Amino acid sequence: MTLRRRGIDWLLNAYAGLALVYLLVPIAVIVVFSFNNPIGRFNFIWQDFSLDAWKHPFAVQGVGDALKTSLEIAALSTVGATILGTLTALALVRYEFKGRAPVNFFIFIPLATPEVVLGAALLSQFLNLGTPQLGFATILIAHIMFNLSFVVITVRSRLIGFDRSLEEAAQDLGATPWETFRLVTLPLIMPGVISAALLAFALSIDDFVITNFNSGSTITFPLFIWGAARVAIPPQIYVIATMIFLFTVAVMILTVWQQRRAEKMAAVRPDDAEPPLGPPEPAFAQRAAA
Amino acid sequence: MPARLRKAALPYLLLLPGLGWLLLFFAIPLLYMAVESLKTGTIDTGFRLTWEFSNYTNALSDYSEQFVRSFEYAGLATAISLLIGYPLAYVIAFRGGRYRNALLLLVIVPFFVTYLIRTLSWETILSDSGIVVNTLQTVGIVSGDGRLLDTTVSVVAGITYNFLPFMILPLYASLERIDGRLLEAGYDLYGRRRDVFLRVTLPLSMPGVVAGVLLTFIPAAGDFINAELLGTPRQFMIGNVIQSRYLEVADYPTAAALSFLLMAFMLVLVVIWARIAGTEALLGTEGERR
Repeated sequence: MTLRRRGIDWLLNAYAGLALVYLLVPIAVIVVFSFNNPIGRFNFIWQDFSLDAWKHPFAVQGVGDALKTSLEIAALSTVGATILGTLTALALVRYEFKGRAPVNFFIFIPLATPEVVLGAALLSQFLNLGTPQLGFATILIAHIMFNLSFVVITVRSRLIGFDRSLEEAAQDLGATPWETFRLVTLPLIMPGVISAALLAFALSIDDFVITNFNSGSTITFPLFIWGAARVAIPPQIYVIATMIFLFTVAVMILTVWQQRRAEKMAAVRPDDAEPPLGPPEPAFAQRAAA
Repeated sequence: MPARLRKAALPYLLLLPGLGWLLLFFAIPLLYMAVESLKTGTIDTGFRLTWEFSNYTNALSDYSEQFVRSFEYAGLATAISLLIGYPLAYVIAFRGGRYRNALLLLVIVPFFVTYLIRTLSWETILSDSGIVVNTLQTVGIVSGDGRLLDTTVSVVAGITYNFLPFMILPLYASLERIDGRLLEAGYDLYGRRRDVFLRVTLPLSMPGVVAGVLLTFIPAAGDFINAELLGTPRQFMIGNVIQSRYLEVADYPTAAALSFLLMAFMLVLVVIWARIAGTEALLGTEGERR
């Protein structure tokens, strides 16, 4: 019996291990093939090890500009969506008001709408109005739109379970509502806001479908890859992908580490019988809870 | 403004920017698309609103094949994701120990690489003279001149891979929340492992299953990138049709009608799902003040 149980345990672990391998192999392939020296226009068959692409990652015409545009849009849309989304989340969790349930539902609908539909609908509007010209501005508008719901949900999950007595204490001590918000509320929900911002940035820089509908002649990094995929895929694209990948992993680890440090410091406080915000929850788990 | 009135208005003021944005760039565009879907004409002669409801029936009958295929592929990919994802989420939640967060990070690692490049990586992996095809040919699963690329297999594999983390994260979130004492109680009452799993763990993880299925199925059914890069027109899904009708053929009415049909199917699914799961679990609004 115990032997059988152990066997099942082992099988389960092995199965989970294989699932992880399945998730990671394509990423490894990208990193490995960024060192390839392919014959022909496509980087699909391994030939020789080469550092050429790494030495000149932006040698492919247009890829640098595309990446720059992507980064600008990601940064701006992250700021926009994070501010709007945080305000919305505050209203939804902190206040009782008429129409909260329908508002919750309304926020949820964009998440349940296929990206093609989101992109096509927005294009219908831009085409009918004729303004603004398709390009940077319309991409930015679209990105803030699809990021908003994600931000609301991420921040909301942090706000639920928020200890309101801390705010009341601040008000009792004579803080104005604005001071209370700035000095008490905001620092406490900051981890949620940061998670939301990171998520928004990642979604924005990765988006192809909605951008494709509303880009006009502006080219972002995913649009550049799409165009290249039909003509030629130089290893430089894999190099830049690897760079973005490493950068994101670094930011992720740094954020987790920083949050853990902050929580450790918070736990040192003498009166902390019960931590005010519950157990730390990584950003991705919060997104999943959506 | 008197203080009380100001307090009552505050939640609405907080909501205004975010909801306004969604109204302007999500809800109203849908209206524009609705109008678009009832027009007739061509891009050269211009489109006129003629309340052409037959656009819908025509779109449905012309592209029923792609609709059916989209739901088949998405359903298949969702089922496979569940089979791969559940054991992995289970192992991370119950046996991950202090490596839980690190393991979760590995699960979302694919998100750190641009969607299109992940898909190109599958093109590399499944390419005609790649390792996978060669191995399968040696074993005899794939015939000597058989291929994986440009088949249903490659498209479903790509879709499964790209949306797998959306399945795993909610599964993990709900499994991780299960109180270990409930499982102990099950064993104390002489439940065998299978019984405890089927009667305690599985039912308690159902919210995760429900959310995961939804988060995987919706983007999968609307996807067109996998079919485009890993398939041929014989694998094209409804997303391919919408994007080409809109952006290549400029047949806006058909594209708009197809978008609405797709959205309608999705909403029906969401509503059925909400019936099963309960709106609270779906919207993540449990725990709010009421």
